[in-house]
Amino acid sequence: MSLYTYSLLSIVGINIMLAVSLNMITGFCGQFSLGHGAFYGAGAYAAALCAVAGYPVPVALIAGAVVAGILGFVVGFASVRLREDFLAVTTIGVSFLFVGFVRKQHWLGAEMGISKIPGSGLGAEGNAVMILLFAAATIAFSLYLNRSWLGFAFRAVGDDEQAARTVAIPASSYKLLAFALGTAIAGLAGGLYTYFTQFIVPDSFGFILSVTLMAMVVIGGTGSTWGVVAATIILTLLPEVFRFINDYRLLIFGGLLVLVTRFAPGGLAGIVNSLTRRLRRA
Amino acid sequence: MTNVLQVESVSIRFGGVQALTDVNFSVGKGEIVGLIGPNGAGKTTLLRIIAGVLAPDTGRVMLDGQNVTRLPTAARIAKGLAITHQIVRPFRSMTVLENTALAAGHKITANPLTAIFHWRRAAENSRAAAILAKVGLGGMEDRAVSALPLGHLKRLEVARALAVDPSVIILDEPLAGLNHREAEQQADTLAALNAEGLTTVLIEHNLREVMRVCKRLLVLDGGRIIADGAPAEVMADKAVREAYIGKADDHAAA
Repeated sequence: MSLYTYSLLSIVGINIMLAVSLNMITGFCGQFSLGHGAFYGAGAYAAALCAVAGYPVPVALIAGAVVAGILGFVVGFASVRLREDFLAVTTIGVSFLFVGFVRKQHWLGAEMGISKIPGSGLGAEGNAVMILLFAAATIAFSLYLNRSWLGFAFRAVGDDEQAARTVAIPASSYKLLAFALGTAIAGLAGGLYTYFTQFIVPDSFGFILSVTLMAMVVIGGTGSTWGVVAATIILTLLPEVFRFINDYRLLIFGGLLVLVTRFAPGGLAGIVNSLTRRLRRA
Repeated sequence: MTNVLQVESVSIRFGGVQALTDVNFSVGKGEIVGLIGPNGAGKTTLLRIIAGVLAPDTGRVMLDGQNVTRLPTAARIAKGLAITHQIVRPFRSMTVLENTALAAGHKITANPLTAIFHWRRAAENSRAAAILAKVGLGGMEDRAVSALPLGHLKRLEVARALAVDPSVIILDEPLAGLNHREAEQQADTLAALNAEGLTTVLIEHNLREVMRVCKRLLVLDGGRIIADGAPAEVMADKAVREAYIGKADDHAAA
């Protein structure tokens, strides 16, 4: 396989980790977040600093996950106090804050970012395999989560927080945990991205990325792990296969988002579900 | 008789409105008490204080002898309180069985870090099915709640509340919106549950059913308890009649 293929596979794997982890927060627990890119970035920067300082790969990756998870936990406190729409606005703020902050920090390379990051030593092929293994683990974890009592209670919190409290579910703790878990995985993806590119700049983690991730979740079907995975693969590869789509990427993603919310609020997963139901009846 | 629920000198003020003034009452183990009062009397405010949605300005709420005034809702439910909502609030993405099974797993879900390591639901599912049969929802287990009529959703509220193993259940207008026959059945279910030993507080406007089922009435008016006793005596009370029908000179003025 060519270098180009490995790099495509790596990007698909990283996007799967990002979209599936965002789906844990938004799909499972009902907390609308438009700042997922910031946690991805925090993880990437934490891992880059560790790598540059000479720490081994596992340490850098764990540092990425932990830093992003802690940041997510803190931002999660906003979800405890705020109504859904205000939470969305707050997370947009987090997204801009992150980029604005990093751009002005010399110890983070400011506008120029961090370059000359040591490689993982696995080569392009090894990196792609590592990323895909982590992506597979993320999918497996997400599927397990949805079947566990944690996922069961997340659904209750997403449906009706106050009602969840009346069946003894401490809704705030659940929301904080959803944020911490989802953002830690985003941070891990950031660490993997650092080793994949060996060069990071603040603008890679901005608002456009956060919105693109939300588009993957919504188009795939909010709450459906497989739907989100399918949408992520399609939306990541389409612009690569058809150059013209890349030129109109935002337009096409935005248009799809509007069409899906208007005509198929269940996303791809919802469409597949209703088709199989119709086939079974026929 | 031991008190399961005690409300002591509870007062609360919203801006210029004194919503509750020095409310005192207790409910003993195994009692079935009706809490009635005209609209705006403060019934919902009182329920919200007992449930932990609102904090009173003064006074305290005791559950099984423990002061729970500072505890959040979920912790009070874990200590044996159950409440149902006047406007039904089922979990919309779940089936009837799932709604009840989730509540039956309240010991697992009390801590998210416990919940993450549990996935089997068989025990909770069978307990939920038994509870559903008890409230008259047997055979409805796999229905989506969005397809249920109000009468069934009202029962689901009761089923979900029972599933948290309460020592006292407070029902906020469980008969509202039901037709005559449905209301009678629902009231019978509540009476039967009480006969099994469940301490019950019924906040209700349907006086006919309250009088039929409850052995004691509390009347709230203008944020104060104005009567507390056997239903027949309470309804004969002049202050209670005035609260409901209005004073003679009110009518003269109108």
